[in-house]
Amino acid sequence: MPDAIQRRDLEDQVDEFEIAVPSPPELMKRRAKSHRGFIIGGSVVLFFLAVAVFAPVLAPYDPYDQDLTNRLVPPVWDAAKGTWDHPFGTDALGRDYLSRLMFGAQISLMIGFFAAAVSAVVGSCIGMIGGYFGGRVDNFIMYLINVKLALPGLLVALSLVSVFGGSILALILILSFLFWDRYAVVTRSVTQQIRVNDYITAAQALGTSRTRIIIGEVLPNVMNQIIVIASLEMAVAIIVEAALSFLGLGVQPPTPSWGLLLSEGRSYMFFMPYLINFPGLAIFFLVISINMMGDGIRDITAPEGRN
Amino acid sequence: MSSNTVLEVENLSVDITVPAGTLHAVSNLSLQVDKGETLCIVGESGCGKSITSLAIMNLLPRKAILTADKLTLENRDLLTLSETDFATLRGDRIGMIFQDPMTSLNPVFRIGDQLEEVYIQHGKGGRKEARERAEFLLERVGIVAPTERLSQYPHQLSGGLRQRMMIAMTLMCDPALIIADEPTTALDVTMQAQTLNLLRSLQKEFNAGLILITHDLGVVARMADRVMVMYAGRAVETGTAEEVFDMPTHPYTQGLIDCIPVPGRTEPGSKLGSIPGIVPALVGDLDGCMFRNRCDHVSDACRSGDITLTEISAGRAYRCLLSPEESKNKLSVEGAA
Amino acid sequence: MNQLMGQFGHPDRDAIPALECRNVGRTFMIKKGLFAEKQPLKAVQDVSLQVNRGEVLAIVGESGCGKTTLAKMLLGLLEPTTGEILLDGEPINSVSIKDIAKKVQPVFQDPYSSLNPRKTIEQIISLPLKVHEIGSKESRRARVEEYMRLVGLPKRLIHSYPNQLSGGQRQRVAIARALIMEPKIVVCDEPTSALDVSVQAHILNLLQDLREELNLTYAFISHNLAVVEHLADWVAVMYLGRLIEFGKAADIFNNPKHPYTRALLDSVLTPDASLGLPEITLGRGLPNPLAPPSGCYFHPRCPEASDQCSAEPPALIENEDRLIECHLYK
Repeated sequence: MPDAIQRRDLEDQVDEFEIAVPSPPELMKRRAKSHRGFIIGGSVVLFFLAVAVFAPVLAPYDPYDQDLTNRLVPPVWDAAKGTWDHPFGTDALGRDYLSRLMFGAQISLMIGFFAAAVSAVVGSCIGMIGGYFGGRVDNFIMYLINVKLALPGLLVALSLVSVFGGSILALILILSFLFWDRYAVVTRSVTQQIRVNDYITAAQALGTSRTRIIIGEVLPNVMNQIIVIASLEMAVAIIVEAALSFLGLGVQPPTPSWGLLLSEGRSYMFFMPYLINFPGLAIFFLVISINMMGDGIRDITAPEGRN
Repeated sequence: MSSNTVLEVENLSVDITVPAGTLHAVSNLSLQVDKGETLCIVGESGCGKSITSLAIMNLLPRKAILTADKLTLENRDLLTLSETDFATLRGDRIGMIFQDPMTSLNPVFRIGDQLEEVYIQHGKGGRKEARERAEFLLERVGIVAPTERLSQYPHQLSGGLRQRMMIAMTLMCDPALIIADEPTTALDVTMQAQTLNLLRSLQKEFNAGLILITHDLGVVARMADRVMVMYAGRAVETGTAEEVFDMPTHPYTQGLIDCIPVPGRTEPGSKLGSIPGIVPALVGDLDGCMFRNRCDHVSDACRSGDITLTEISAGRAYRCLLSPEESKNKLSVEGAA
Repeated sequence: MNQLMGQFGHPDRDAIPALECRNVGRTFMIKKGLFAEKQPLKAVQDVSLQVNRGEVLAIVGESGCGKTTLAKMLLGLLEPTTGEILLDGEPINSVSIKDIAKKVQPVFQDPYSSLNPRKTIEQIISLPLKVHEIGSKESRRARVEEYMRLVGLPKRLIHSYPNQLSGGQRQRVAIARALIMEPKIVVCDEPTSALDVSVQAHILNLLQDLREELNLTYAFISHNLAVVEHLADWVAVMYLGRLIEFGKAADIFNNPKHPYTRALLDSVLTPDASLGLPEITLGRGLPNPLAPPSGCYFHPRCPEASDQCSAEPPALIENEDRLIECHLYK
């Protein structure tokens, strides 16, 4: 290897007209900072996340502790019966409602996150493999996707839950099964566009293994799309979990899932509306803020940026 | 101006709002095209040559602001024209040929329908006249069996044929001005010469003005009556093709000419001339000579102030502080070295 | 065929050529329409050529002439259906792609699609080392810096992303990535045609310097004949997948023999304002490669075609200083 030639060092001088172009990560950071929806949505999600993580510390009571002498205590702002001992009141078995809601956030976020993550891994792998290899492999994968699309998702989920029961793990796996196809469809078509780029050919010409090309070269370019879908699917998973639990097919009592809280509060709806309002609002705010965050991520990672 | 003038542009500027400020894509550009004349605008990517053509066609992106002292086509003021009037002008009085004929022809319509559409839409006549005109033009652009070709779809034609179709389409309404933006860049070398020949002979035959935008100096030298070299949104040198190529006055023009290998002239394997440095970004206030960072003859005077076009003779001008004699001496020494 | 090759004046005919193609061909099976039979598309047919260490072989021809398919075969990305490719006398179908990669590396046309937009310059240039598990992280970094200097990239760009670089700088990154494995042969597929003229000159000068410094062999694919004349020692002209003329660059440029080569050279537009446009007599575009013409593939476009040309295909023969496939030369 000869010494570099002096003439080429000319390039090392910073040109008078040179302006700093932001790198992709810098650009995303900049866009994130000025995206109102992302900031608001993200903060609310972070708030819920903090509540869920620190629930054991923050919650005033054990969510399972029954206190039959203090049944159906209304929230603190009820002038007649409200008490600071139970700011959000208690339920029909005298359990502290605030504590139950806080622990419920754990269930919702955990199921939402893992369902989105597991389906992301499965769906993206399937999609990238189909998109990268093409041909017969792709035909087979398209067949799988089509079969999945032809299934009535919620009905299949209901019957699977009734067969496998409502453990959290089972719920996560069943929800993942419901959601993988969207990742597969998107990553497949993006991979098809990426595959024809010369940097893929360059990697092939190095003798890079296919797995390495898919993980090292394709995946970083598909990641943005995966994250966007994941955030939206997470919101859907939270709703579906709540729906299943409400129907009695999801998380089993006495676990404090928000859907279950709704279901339990149903019979007191007209006398104690707060039993419905709190979990309902919690679901509403969490889902809408996840969606806002997901929209934000899409705008932030879009190649040209939206206005 | 004579009655021969097709297009006249004075002090055209195009500013585009970008996040970092205002991008001065084109600054104070003046040009004139006569009937049957070919003006070549040459420059590298980002020099504003394509924006200039879009500005003339009124096809600029919405964020762009156009200002000009004068913009007339056949003595009609284009600056005050409404968008609807412009739409009738495009395709009728101004024809445009783009680099990639595949994207400028609609893939779902037959060639014939697309050609006839232009004619009928501009109220030149009915379906029958349009068909006759299309067949006549296809023959003129050297397409054998025009009737069959007219019933084909764009994807059934080769790149060279498609570009001929585009030329025929441009001529459907007998335009006064043709703007061709890199018309042969996507074509093979053998097709390039044929297509350019065709474009040139038809342009003379139809007596239309032609603005040819290209980065290929070979195309410029062979096609141009007059040349305008653009750099950083400004004209840096204008003149006839002979004047510009035989005696370049602006250091940038000289640099460009030295950059390319020429069979029979440059010694194979020898070092090619090159222009160091980068193209300025054109955002914000632009002061002084925009080429100063890449120029061998730079002095302190180049760094500030407004450097204007110096006219040497009619139609021959350059934008540099070197006097014509200085530039002649300095540049010819360099060119010979 | 092979004996024939050596005789028309390779300077060092006893040396083992760095790169040799022996009757290389590649046929694709193309399906036109849903129910149609598969048809053979002969992208490359019977190409024989060789180039020695440190020389530049230019492969020229119009789009669709098979030069890109040939390049992919040289890189080991496609296997030839017939014939064999030899690197330093060793047939490449007997070695793995990783071993080919140590000897042959590509530089592509479009520096915008040849660099992964999500990776830093360091990651891009060091990828070959990582794939081949060469060196530690620190030694790889040092090597990347060394090669960045070699190709004229400022060190400060090492953590930049491709979008922060100019077209010329990107092409330098691509060259550094190709060279870091210390290959003997670099396959350059139109390396300057997507660049501005002033940048093209930088890259051509760089390629020249690197060839001298590293004793590289280039297989240089281009349609820009001016660039080919400037750089090449040997020129192979291809038409519809066939090699139709092969010889020393100087011989071919001074005295093109095949009518197609002549037409190609006539089409070069030098910046001479005193000259008009050349009259090219090549009538139509390329014929359909799925149904090539009878006899000589070039005869429908050839201004000098005779009856013989449409009836029987010419063979590639040695004629004075070159190989040529044309009935005009016996």
